[in-house]
Amino acid sequence: MKRLRRTMMFVPGNNPGMMQDAYIYGPDSIMLDLEDSVTMAEKDTARLLVYNALKSIDYGKTEMVVRINPLSTPYGKKDVEAVVKAGVDVIRMPKTETAEEVVEVEREIERVEREIGCLGRTQIMAAIESTLGVVNAYAIATASKRMMGIALGAEDYCANLKTQRSPEGMELLMARQTIVVAARAAGIDALDTVYSNLNDMETFRKEVELIHQLGFDGKSIINPRQIEIINEVFTPTQKAIDKALAVIAAIKEAESKGSGVIAVNGKMVDRPVVIRAQRVIDLALASGVIKKEDLV
Amino acid sequence: MNTLNDRKTLVSQVAEAMGKRVYNDGAENHKETAPRLELQHESPKLVSLEDAIRRSGLRDGMTISFHHHFRGGDKVVNMVVAKLAEMGFKDLHLAASSLQDVHAPLIEHIRNGVITQISTSGLRGELAKEISHGLMAKPVIFRSHGARGAAIASGELHIDVAFLGASSADPLGNACGYSRSENAKSICGSLGYALPDARYADKVVVLTDDLVNYPNTPNSISEHDVDFVVEVDSVGDSSKIASGAIRDTKNPRDILLAKQAAKVIVNSGYFNDGFSIQTGSGGASLAAVKYIRQSMIDRNIQASFALGGITAHMVKMHEEGLIGRLIDVQSFDKVAAESLKNDPRHKEVAAYEYASKQEQGSATHYLDIVILSALEVDVHFNVNVLVGSDGIIRGAIGGHPDTAEDSALSIIVCPMLRGRIPCIVDEVTTLITPGRTVDVVVTEYGIAVNPNRPEIAERLREAGLHLVTLEELRDRALKIIGTPAPLPFGEKVVGVVLNRGGSVMDVIKDIKE
Repeated sequence: MKRLRRTMMFVPGNNPGMMQDAYIYGPDSIMLDLEDSVTMAEKDTARLLVYNALKSIDYGKTEMVVRINPLSTPYGKKDVEAVVKAGVDVIRMPKTETAEEVVEVEREIERVEREIGCLGRTQIMAAIESTLGVVNAYAIATASKRMMGIALGAEDYCANLKTQRSPEGMELLMARQTIVVAARAAGIDALDTVYSNLNDMETFRKEVELIHQLGFDGKSIINPRQIEIINEVFTPTQKAIDKALAVIAAIKEAESKGSGVIAVNGKMVDRPVVIRAQRVIDLALASGVIKKEDLV
Repeated sequence: MNTLNDRKTLVSQVAEAMGKRVYNDGAENHKETAPRLELQHESPKLVSLEDAIRRSGLRDGMTISFHHHFRGGDKVVNMVVAKLAEMGFKDLHLAASSLQDVHAPLIEHIRNGVITQISTSGLRGELAKEISHGLMAKPVIFRSHGARGAAIASGELHIDVAFLGASSADPLGNACGYSRSENAKSICGSLGYALPDARYADKVVVLTDDLVNYPNTPNSISEHDVDFVVEVDSVGDSSKIASGAIRDTKNPRDILLAKQAAKVIVNSGYFNDGFSIQTGSGGASLAAVKYIRQSMIDRNIQASFALGGITAHMVKMHEEGLIGRLIDVQSFDKVAAESLKNDPRHKEVAAYEYASKQEQGSATHYLDIVILSALEVDVHFNVNVLVGSDGIIRGAIGGHPDTAEDSALSIIVCPMLRGRIPCIVDEVTTLITPGRTVDVVVTEYGIAVNPNRPEIAERLREAGLHLVTLEELRDRALKIIGTPAPLPFGEKVVGVVLNRGGSVMDVIKDIKE
């Protein structure tokens, strides 16, 4: 089953209480932050805390991501070294603008992985937070075989664009679509930007519905209260689940007959339908509306 | 002949035989002709605080009592005890339904010998800290709300003079926790914890900041029980008594715990039409009701009553027809207090009608589900709600052991960790609610079901809930934060916890600075 990334929850890397608790809310991924939420004075402390959290806290099957400082800062390389050694799943690069930056991070990761003997373990994702980054989205998405996803960072992007965010998000439409298209073309995941007004859950829900329709795999979030709404929007309807189950059953039947042609209700099923059906099943399983037993 | 005059001798003889005197017109009081609206303000009950104290017959060594319905905004305790100190009283036993942070001035009165003994349900703030460090010679006696009501009714806790704050009272003493007048200054809703005092104390002084015309009906406290009425500027700071809006927790962990508790309720086997429910204080337990609302609508289930601390959420569900009756010993917010004032199906009950073990008719005996919080739960399901993990008293027993024991299903919501403090432990710091009365413990890392209730575990497991043992949670907590150092307790007993049956449950030792 493909890993779901509906929710990637930001947790400041200098807050032990939040790092310890993040898992209980059931986000698909937890992103411990060493970058913007940590002041200069606390960079080393936070790195040590994040290292120990990764080593000692049982996060279950949650995907663990760490947002590092850019390699151009004095902290970037130390961040890579610490989190790779701690066994992080994914390194998230902030403010990525070119494919070369990805290659540089990959080189650092490889150096550390060779040192500790786990070459190829660590994945990379890149946050695109500028117009240049959006223009280079596909190049970034394909810069390394370690790339697992690209994400939009809207605040910096809007500043760069000389505008600000609106509830409707018109100003982000092109960036969002570019990122989804680039991710899909590269065969990796696309994650949307954060929504930070926790008092307006209505607008948040509309935004989640929009990015779901645009094709994103999920969204970065800043508070556990946002998880339920995203999961609701990303949970397939019963009708979609029934249809997907029929498709999967047809595949099994075709396989057992040794037939290469799959049909549901007399209609031929082609590859995109199968892929879509599998994704619907994955989401339905993850959200608990169907159980593994239902698939047999 | 049979005139009035002829019967005079006979009247005298009958009177003598009955041991009574003969009616004498001239000796009776004259007929009062003043308009009653004026007359009532000359009520002999209407006196100053000092006169009320003097005329109550209070002497050194006696017991005075207070209620805590004004919570953190209470002004009555400090005002009355300051007056008693000024008048030179010593060696008094203060029996309050609970004490809060705001009662820190009692520390001085304890040091000066005005107060030498305390009985209460809880202690918080500086006062609690000082007492934990050994401020008092005699230990504080802690009782649950049900136990206090029962002890007052049985005479075990005898009150000489009760000082009861009220948001409205008429000159004869009919008093309420709200006011119907335009001059209302405060509101606390139910006076449930004051009603035993009003009924059983030898003398009752009502203090009010809204003296209204007779009759202040419907009334909570009856004029029949009241000896003195004292008008004061303020009985409590309204902003600290009850908030005006629904108190919706925004703490994500509380929300998570509330949702899990709601799932336990819905799948427990007790979630049937006509069930009854209570929630204890604490963000997560209060919020749990909100999350069973949709399930009640979906399954067409109505609760027969909600009990205890009544909240805005319960009032809303009552008004929607989801909860038939509200039984209110304490109103947790202003919405609940207003509802008590206006809705006849919202009933006020005295502490002994609420949760007395001895009274078979008390409401907790008919309670299906209760959701409670905890400071600590140990691996034997014992609960502590009174003493912090640092050994300092910082809570209140409330109705915890009453409702846990009497309900059909008791659910405790308690995080496994609060910061660096483990809350699922080997042994509770102080035993308040015995584990045999606790059925389910809900934490952020999973749900534990008491082995006494295998049928509940089975139902929850079938519903797909994540069940764990308390031992697993304890170990997980220790793995994250390490083993805490033992607490530096001394040898002095600073508190005694009485079980609701009247037996001694546990003692609290002093803790070193």
